[in-house]
Amino acid sequence: MPGLLRIIIQRLLLGLVTLFVVSIIIFTAVNLLPGDFAQAILGQGATDEAVAAIREELGLNKHPVLRYLEWLGGAVQGDLGTSMSQALFSSFTGSETGSGLGSVAEQIAPRFRNTMFLASVTAAIAVPISIILGILTALYRNSAFDRSMNIFTLSSISSPEFFLAYVLILFLAVMNPIFPSLSNIYEGMPFGDRLEKTMLPALTLTLAVTAQMMRMTRAAIINLLASPYIEMARLKGLSPMRVIIKHALPNALAPIINVVALNLAYLITGVVVVEVVFVYPGIGQLFVDSVKIRDIPVVQACCLIFAAAYILLNLLADILSIISNPRLRHPK
Amino acid sequence: MSLLIWIVALVIAVTAGGWLFRFVGQTATGNAPYFRDMTVSVAAGYVGSFLLLAWIAYTYVSGQQADPAEKNKYFFFFIAIHGFVAFSIMAYFFRVLGTKFGTEGSKKMFRQMPLTASFGIVIIFAYAFVALFAGQIAVSSIVIVGIIGLAISEILRRIGGDKPAATSAAAFAFILIGMIIMYFVGPIAPYGQEEILGAANVVPGGDPALGGNPDFPLGTDQIGRDILSRLIYGAQNTVGIAFATTCLAFLLGGSLGFLAATLGGWLDQLLSRAVDALMAIPSLIFALLLMTIASVWSNQIGIPLTYFMIVIIAVIDATRVFRLARAVGSSIVVMDYIEAAKLRGEGLTYLIFREILPNATAPLLAEFGLRFCFVFLTIASLSFLGVGIQPPLADWGTMVRDLAQFINFAAFAPQVAVTPLLAAGAIALLTVAVNFVVDWMLHKSSGLKE
Repeated sequence: MPGLLRIIIQRLLLGLVTLFVVSIIIFTAVNLLPGDFAQAILGQGATDEAVAAIREELGLNKHPVLRYLEWLGGAVQGDLGTSMSQALFSSFTGSETGSGLGSVAEQIAPRFRNTMFLASVTAAIAVPISIILGILTALYRNSAFDRSMNIFTLSSISSPEFFLAYVLILFLAVMNPIFPSLSNIYEGMPFGDRLEKTMLPALTLTLAVTAQMMRMTRAAIINLLASPYIEMARLKGLSPMRVIIKHALPNALAPIINVVALNLAYLITGVVVVEVVFVYPGIGQLFVDSVKIRDIPVVQACCLIFAAAYILLNLLADILSIISNPRLRHPK
Repeated sequence: MSLLIWIVALVIAVTAGGWLFRFVGQTATGNAPYFRDMTVSVAAGYVGSFLLLAWIAYTYVSGQQADPAEKNKYFFFFIAIHGFVAFSIMAYFFRVLGTKFGTEGSKKMFRQMPLTASFGIVIIFAYAFVALFAGQIAVSSIVIVGIIGLAISEILRRIGGDKPAATSAAAFAFILIGMIIMYFVGPIAPYGQEEILGAANVVPGGDPALGGNPDFPLGTDQIGRDILSRLIYGAQNTVGIAFATTCLAFLLGGSLGFLAATLGGWLDQLLSRAVDALMAIPSLIFALLLMTIASVWSNQIGIPLTYFMIVIIAVIDATRVFRLARAVGSSIVVMDYIEAAKLRGEGLTYLIFREILPNATAPLLAEFGLRFCFVFLTIASLSFLGVGIQPPLADWGTMVRDLAQFINFAAFAPQVAVTPLLAAGAIALLTVAVNFVVDWMLHKSSGLKE
């Protein structure tokens, strides 16, 4: 397996380089802002001395490259800087900048856990459903079932997430109170309650991601059905279901795994709108709130986390598809 | 938990019903091949879908006969059923119409068209109509559209030949005639999009007994603007801005992609790596980050945020267009006829516009539809989050956000809950329609038969 290991290490390094470039892009974009943190935090009545003092305190008068390196160094160690909206002003006079209530990392950590919880619940619902539906639609292709599934999933994937969310709220929370429409979860909540409150956002995201995974599963299996070995299995007298499960599915796994990982990456973007609709205390909501009040350090940190997760999942898709398909390991 | 038990019980019952159905079929038809070869799951599928249809019919009938207080519960159910039936009938008749009129080619196209694609085309036409004629048509805009139409036809004639030029000229003539008619008829929207009409929070439905007003069929919003007019103007603003953004993204991504494919070398490497880096950031997140920055700039410079948004989303989506254009372009560049054109001594512009572009239109057109959907959804999401199209422009995403709280009244006053869903549904309807058409186009061009 040394070849495989080498490929994986290669991809990981490539991912790191991408993340590094992305962090440069984010930092440069944020530094295009007219005015800086110090002016923004002090508002219109800022005296020059006060602005200069805060700049000195936060190191804003240093060269941008130096500041970037410091930010990156902090981010690697888990210190993402000081949040503007929740800054403890004592931290500006004391020496403990970046600690206490105003620290971005402390604000993000619990919300990040919540978002991961939402994403895993969604994945636990969406992945089995879409693969089973994909197999069934491939089995009964061109039947009424296949066509209606196709129309349904195409409609659900092309609708905006907030439309799906409000329709679900309307039918499952307001008209028939089955699930709560507000996901006000908190630390130390029992798992059952937490799951119940996460259900509607998870279902919304499921509707948004199922279609692509299902259609990919269907297409990957149908692609293989014309191969000679499938023909052979059919002539042997196997039932159509057995042909697909035993012979077609294992060979179709590579594209399916790939699309599953890519859709999990998509969840990270989709999570923003859904969290806002359901007031789910996750990282997406924090991001949107910070965007609105222009809390730049938080925006910067959230952006970096989103990008890192996105790159990681894309990388995972890449590596898994190489592992599951030996032909990719030996490119001609 | 009881819900789970119900679901399991239902699955078992349907399977048993399927087995019974097959058994009855086998005995009744004397073991005909159709029933003999049927698996239990297929039989269960028949029974399950029959039960579903029966449940829908039963709910519909019992809902119609329920007394008014009970009827509220079925309000959205009725809307869904009526909407589905109405759209299906509309799509069917449009297809019939298409098979009767038009050229031989278009008749054949309509005959092979699935109902979903026909539905999509009708919806796209309807949206285009509403978007074009929402407000009062100015004489100057008629002149401008005429000039643009002439210019596009001329460009198409030079690039692609007479046939696309004639098609575009016909389309523009159609639009011009429509504009001249609508100039005399007046705007579709009954009121202006920014007009504050006095009574706030008028309930939709136009029934005075329920707090409605016949002058405002869909009611008014919190500060007394007519919702129907805002929905109609929303078509113009949201769809128009999304269309402009998609065109800009294609102009940018397409031309750079073809350039990279034709020239190759360091330019190709540079552009491709830059696009790779930009694509590593999730698009909605990147758009939100850049919009934060743009909102500060727009305050300082005084350019409306909407222009920034168009450029930002166009650049982000141009990266995806670039990928496709480069991939398509580089597979065309190695063809023999390109070699021949190069040997003839043709220049770069000739190569791109006369050789590559005409051969890349099919995948680019499909991508245009998909890209439009993505751009449209991104803009709607940004507006919904409060950083997209800015008030006082009417826009569907913003309307959903502003009216969303009314959904909670759905249980006892369903009319009130309709408005946010109408705005969100207007977005969904268009993207679903475009996706249906694109799906059909891709299916047709890929030649997939199984």
